Amino acid sequence: MTESAAPGITGTTTRDRHPLRAIPAADWAAALESAAKEVFGAEWEEQLARFIVFLRRRISGQYSVDEYGFDRELTQRFMLAVLRPIKEKWFRVEVRGIENIPTDGGALIVSNHSGTIPMDGLMTMVSIHDELGRDLRPLGADLVFRMPIVGTIARKAGATLACSEDAERMLRNGELVGVWPEGFKGIGKPYSERYKLQRFGRGGFVSSALRTGVPIVPLSVVGAEEIYPLVGNIPALAKVLGVPYLPITPFFPLLGPLGLIPLPSKWLIEFGEPIRTDAYDATEADDPMLVFNVTDQVRETIQQTLYRLLGERASVFG
Amino acid sequence: MAERTGPGRVLLVTGVSRDLGRRFARAAARHPNVERVIGVDVAPPRGDIGQVGFVRADIRNPVIAKVIAKEEVDTVVHLSVIATPGTTGGRSTMKELNVIGTMQLLAACQTAPSLRQVVVKSTTQVYGASSRDPAMFTESMEPRRTPSSGYARDVADVESYVRGFARRRPDVAVTVLRCANVLGPRVDSPIAAHFRRSVVPNVLGYDPRLQFLHEQDLYGVLEHAVRAGVPGTFNVAGDGVLTHSQVARRLQRMTVPIPEPVFGLTRFGGGEYPAELRALLTYGRGVDTTRMRSLLGFEPRFTTEDAVRDFADSVKPSANRADRALAALESRLTGAPR
Repeated sequence: MTESAAPGITGTTTRDRHPLRAIPAADWAAALESAAKEVFGAEWEEQLARFIVFLRRRISGQYSVDEYGFDRELTQRFMLAVLRPIKEKWFRVEVRGIENIPTDGGALIVSNHSGTIPMDGLMTMVSIHDELGRDLRPLGADLVFRMPIVGTIARKAGATLACSEDAERMLRNGELVGVWPEGFKGIGKPYSERYKLQRFGRGGFVSSALRTGVPIVPLSVVGAEEIYPLVGNIPALAKVLGVPYLPITPFFPLLGPLGLIPLPSKWLIEFGEPIRTDAYDATEADDPMLVFNVTDQVRETIQQTLYRLLGERASVFG
Repeated sequence: MAERTGPGRVLLVTGVSRDLGRRFARAAARHPNVERVIGVDVAPPRGDIGQVGFVRADIRNPVIAKVIAKEEVDTVVHLSVIATPGTTGGRSTMKELNVIGTMQLLAACQTAPSLRQVVVKSTTQVYGASSRDPAMFTESMEPRRTPSSGYARDVADVESYVRGFARRRPDVAVTVLRCANVLGPRVDSPIAAHFRRSVVPNVLGYDPRLQFLHEQDLYGVLEHAVRAGVPGTFNVAGDGVLTHSQVARRLQRMTVPIPEPVFGLTRFGGGEYPAELRALLTYGRGVDTTRMRSLLGFEPRFTTEDAVRDFADSVKPSANRADRALAALESRLTGAPR
């Protein structure tokens, strides 16, 4: 586009006779300038320059990721920006009890899991970032990191593998870690079992919190159960594909890609009072009875809060 | 410790036919505290070895024991565990050199009364690379999947023999250095060759985390290990991690995504991708270097980023048109923040 325009249509090759060839460079520049004004406003030159600096930094790889592969710039400027309208306009997420999350230092957020795809995790990330300015570091199943594209995006968004090594490393470094102990049992459960908490794994997250002495913040999410009501499953095909379940919703696969649009349910998410673990000795993390008890306490808190929130919500789409 | 750091040390360095061994041996021979250096390998060195005495011996046969006894070697630096067959022949020869060679060398060391110290260059590839890996491996963690073949398996075997030797000779300080992928302008390794291609293949949908050790830091840590004599196993890597896409962009390389099932079958301009490199390029790996600093007391001069920058100076950019176009646009705009 910066090439000088051909003086006349005298060329003999197809390139010379290209229709855009006859437009003078000055016209191109003028058109671009008005387009830039349209997009970036009156301060377009400065805005555009800043955008180009950003673009060059990305293209030349001069940004940094942390040891888990978290790309803060990409997450904040792109991923969260895409998710924010969904959170505010589509699901109208109402956040409660944000003051229960410590403003600095390690803490473990433990949440219920639902919705066929882990949309609840994404909405929690946006909510915590917007309300508190902290990055939530989700722990994901190894299936997530085995999948191409999904695993890469997950790491760039700050996730890492749900294993005690990574969880404790992050908590010791003062990160805010999110865990969904129900895992695939939670998001893949049928619609008829909505808001019934599944088994909480083996309580590994409690051991990690005990070992690092960080508080556990229970999180109850209401609304995610209704976004893709799971009415059926094709276990045989799921097994062939190596995935935990293959969902059938009222609209998927019936309506094809249209069926992928989540239903606009009303969401309430509430962070409960933190459960302190620093009173225990780190060696008590290996005491199975204590781990069971704390796991149960967290699970009960979330279950009771879910029932209460359901009562407070006017209707599914309210 | 005093006699170890005192003058008159006698070093035996294996694997001097390769660049790493040759350069290390030559530098060690110049050190004032070192009386003499004996280099051993099956093939003669490819370049100048300075004052290093070269013994052409196969560490797979018992000749090596005689050399150690006769020369009163007090320190063995084992650098001949190799990642690529290179000039030595095929994969079976490589395995024999790596595994049987180490067994023979350690058998010779076992009976040597003069021996005080053994330093083995291992690699972080012993941790493997898989989707079930923790983000950062510490020295006490085991690989999630034990490698069944290839270089990674060789190294795992070598390390287990070294551990056995350390148990049998508690009077010898055994240092195992698990080094991250080495990068530098002169390095010729599978991953360096990978990034030197003008078009770099990457695994579709994966952007692995990579960690590098600059070649100068590799020499640095070997020298430090010989001098300090701290027994134990240590991860050695430059600070920080970079993703594959970042490295490719910093080197101004064009990348071509290849689906994972096809990646192993494709041959890229004659270049081969061994299983362990394919796993690394899919899942990536990070190692924790806390022990390297606190116990071994080594501080690398280059971070992973620095190593890539230094490497970038030695490769010609192949895809920088987008950046050039943006730079041109940027310079035309006034008020560009500098």
